[in-house]
Amino acid sequence: MKDLSLYVLDIAMNSVRAGAKHIAITLEEDSHAVLTLTIRDDGCGMSQEQVQRLFDPFYTTRKTRSVGLGVPFLQMLARQTGGDVTVVSKSAAEFADHGTVVTAVFHTDHIDFIPLGDLTESILTLIQGSPDVDFVYRHSTPSGSVKMDTAEMRSVLGEDISLGSYEVLAFIREFLHEQHQQIQ
Amino acid sequence: MKSLSELAAIREQMKDKVAIRTGSGNIRVVVGMATCGISAGARPVLNTFVEEVAAANLTDKVMVTQTGCIGICQYEPVVEVFEDGKEKVTYVKMTPEKAKRVVEEHLKGGKPVSEYLIGNTKL
Repeated sequence: MKDLSLYVLDIAMNSVRAGAKHIAITLEEDSHAVLTLTIRDDGCGMSQEQVQRLFDPFYTTRKTRSVGLGVPFLQMLARQTGGDVTVVSKSAAEFADHGTVVTAVFHTDHIDFIPLGDLTESILTLIQGSPDVDFVYRHSTPSGSVKMDTAEMRSVLGEDISLGSYEVLAFIREFLHEQHQQIQ
Repeated sequence: MKSLSELAAIREQMKDKVAIRTGSGNIRVVVGMATCGISAGARPVLNTFVEEVAAANLTDKVMVTQTGCIGICQYEPVVEVFEDGKEKVTYVKMTPEKAKRVVEEHLKGGKPVSEYLIGNTKL
């Protein structure tokens, strides 16, 4: 995948498919070129065995194909830059506070790091596909931060109007785009 | 700067539309958004469909949705069009430009763009 925003979309899709109601996506860039990506959800979670096998590209729970490349791709990218990926999960079968936290650390000054890409479009794609999920997105850099919480938007909008309707998506695109420009 | 209060205005504007929209959408455009789709470029394809369907005033009739991997990863980005009483149409190796043509000729004009169909595409 050619930029980090696509990895963010891909990994957050796992949270959607895990039936999460709350998904928090955080990117934190510090002043030493370390970028930490965290995707936290309250989805169905995984057993310890599943978490271990997650990094194996030939492991997947799906039936349509026999490979699962999402997490292995992310791990490969993080390791290429001198960072790594950790996954902590609590399965719904064992825990009341179930869910998964994926954390990836990248060194952005490494030659093998890739561009951030268009994070606005990835967040929009997630909202369009799951307008009823609460997404919290935060992207902080030494020069400022971007913040978005769809629950806040929903409270202004009321229950009748979907966050996935075009007018609302167009607003969110501008809302995020403006904030991203501020921190560039 | 954009503020959330603008959503209140959008809410007022959309009040009347909501009633019309419920129960509508007899055409469903489904974009594959698994790892295979995303890495092949499905995100701009999806977002182009969302924008172009709105621009063509087709939101009452056409619903744009996402799905996972349907098992033909080598043909991604894959877009399926379901319409009441018609056979499913499968577009493969889609791009934002192709998506625009599909909105214009198929969703608006009613005629599938045959050269983008799975049966007419070489790998």
